[in-house]
Amino acid sequence: MWKNLLEWIEYRLPLQRVANMHAIQYPAPKNMNFWYVFGFLATIVLVNQILTGIWLTMNYVPSAEGAFASVEYIMREVEYGDVIRYMHSTGASAFFVVVYLHMFRGMIYGSYQKPRELLWLFGMFIYLALMAEAFMGYVLPWGQMSYWGAQVIVSLFGAIPVVGPDLVVWLQGDYVISGATLNRFFALHVIALPLVIVILVFLHIVALHEVGSNNPDGIAIKHPKGSLSEDEKTKWKIHEYYTDKYDIADDVIPFFPHIVLKDLVAFCVFLFAFCYIVFYAPEMGGKFLEHPNFEIANPFKTPEHIFPVWYFTPFYAILKAVPHKLAGVIMMFLAIILLALLPWIDRGKVKSWRYRCGLHKVNLIVFAVVFIFLGYLGGTPQAEWKIVASQIATVMYVMFFVLLFIYSKNEKTKPVPERISK
Amino acid sequence: MKKFLISVCLLVPTLALAAGSDFPLDKANYDLKDKASLQRGAQLFMNYCLGCHQQQYQRYQTTFEDLDIPLELGEEYLQFTGDKVSSYITNAMEPEMAEKWFGAAIPDLTLVARVRGADWLYTYLRNFYADPKRPFGVNNLLFKDVGMPHVLQELQGLPQVTTEKQLVDGEMVDRYVGIKTDGTGMLNDAEYDAAVLDLVNYLVYVGEPGRVDLEHKGKFVLGFIVVLFIFVYLLKKEYWRDVH
Repeated sequence: MWKNLLEWIEYRLPLQRVANMHAIQYPAPKNMNFWYVFGFLATIVLVNQILTGIWLTMNYVPSAEGAFASVEYIMREVEYGDVIRYMHSTGASAFFVVVYLHMFRGMIYGSYQKPRELLWLFGMFIYLALMAEAFMGYVLPWGQMSYWGAQVIVSLFGAIPVVGPDLVVWLQGDYVISGATLNRFFALHVIALPLVIVILVFLHIVALHEVGSNNPDGIAIKHPKGSLSEDEKTKWKIHEYYTDKYDIADDVIPFFPHIVLKDLVAFCVFLFAFCYIVFYAPEMGGKFLEHPNFEIANPFKTPEHIFPVWYFTPFYAILKAVPHKLAGVIMMFLAIILLALLPWIDRGKVKSWRYRCGLHKVNLIVFAVVFIFLGYLGGTPQAEWKIVASQIATVMYVMFFVLLFIYSKNEKTKPVPERISK
Repeated sequence: MKKFLISVCLLVPTLALAAGSDFPLDKANYDLKDKASLQRGAQLFMNYCLGCHQQQYQRYQTTFEDLDIPLELGEEYLQFTGDKVSSYITNAMEPEMAEKWFGAAIPDLTLVARVRGADWLYTYLRNFYADPKRPFGVNNLLFKDVGMPHVLQELQGLPQVTTEKQLVDGEMVDRYVGIKTDGTGMLNDAEYDAAVLDLVNYLVYVGEPGRVDLEHKGKFVLGFIVVLFIFVYLLKKEYWRDVH
């Protein structure tokens, strides 16, 4: 009976085939370490954001008059409203934590290199869409930081020559940030951008499964057809889609259940930290939910300090480091574009930092430190020394790419093993 | 009238900037599980604060139920407006008039503890002092030139700035040492501090009424995750045994 039903479905919808191809018989490198769990975790957080978001919209009122009160209504009078709201607000920050780690993983193991350039680009588009999504979501509670943060970010577009001022009015739907802005941000946050993100994530995964996962050694697991002896081929059942085109080395395991179980272990650890924050420290000392945002938006009262949420602060520091507004905006976008161009800036042939030159390792670590330092500079009150510091840090940020472009051409690398298991 | 308008104009910008102060904050050791303290705090709020400040996002009923105050008693002794017990904690002050009288919009206090922090409130309410130059005759050490009168003066009395003579560079100068009440209040210093702590406790509670319940739920959630982790880890180990 059960079997017949499955066959009936399979004849009309390739359920079993897709499950086999992309999970049960999908070859994954067996040396994938903890750095490889963040993509899975990002998917989990995405699902969390969509589900909690649906429940929040059931009681949220997208208007300048009602937004702030409706959030408090959710916090006080909706069953489990505070849990749902904190899951959503913590999820936003958690999303960026896992995405930043996921991106850094890609950088240290050279996951952006050929043939994964498009995969990396899809990832960068997800990152951009995510930033827009998070920014617009932060406006919705209509607190002081929502309002003034939106003011700062939207006014950046005003720096564009000729069309800037008109563009700002067009984006805001008003001459100032107002209820009209809130309503359109709500529409974009709840429908447009989630759709874009889900589609991009789908493309990201399709592209990943076409080229296959990279691994900490940066060694290919697919070899040209006929190049491996039977002994060297994997004993696991791998889907014909892969074995027809390649010889799959004895370096792989099936994605399901092995990798999934490993991801689930990481998921439990992540979930513990996530739930700890949700139930015990949802404000995270004012980093996840900023204190001034518990005050309703007031267009006549500028907060003493305006900070974006922590995940934007590195780029905010770059913006502030440049004395000229338009140049600052260009520099900020350039910082993201440079990341997107990484597959072409890095001219190296060796992927993993394990087998690359010492300078590359230092370069990567310095880049990570500079990025965190920029985040600190952009997220704390302005001070004289910080302007100079953020200028130096901005130069160092760019220097990572310049240096990489130079030394990767004729880099002295270590010999890469042919196979993971050897 | 002219003089009044000028003073109002001078007051507004200082109110907006007042948050940034280097004044050291005292630690408020509040306890959200101390129902008696919360009840006393609610009583103080309804009697002294609600005349001007609302808690427009919180219902009386929520407060009474969370604080173990029987609804009838709450309605009789803590509700002065004749509203239903299910109504929000509001007052009848016109915002426009209030702005005229005090020089600034009167903030809602539902979330004030989340904006300012408990320590700030605890310090603020204990640092009013007599200052004849101000419209209400008082100023505040933490919140300079605040528009609010010392509402709890009846309890604390009127604190005066005290100084002591000190030798600095061969000259005797008056050095500021602190503020001291004139003793006209109903409470002594320790009692006043305790009363303010009760009030702060209540304000922290209203800022996030679900806090205690969240932490209670959190224990079960985290406990469940630990158990789940053990099983998932063992299962993973079992499956990976034949890989290595």
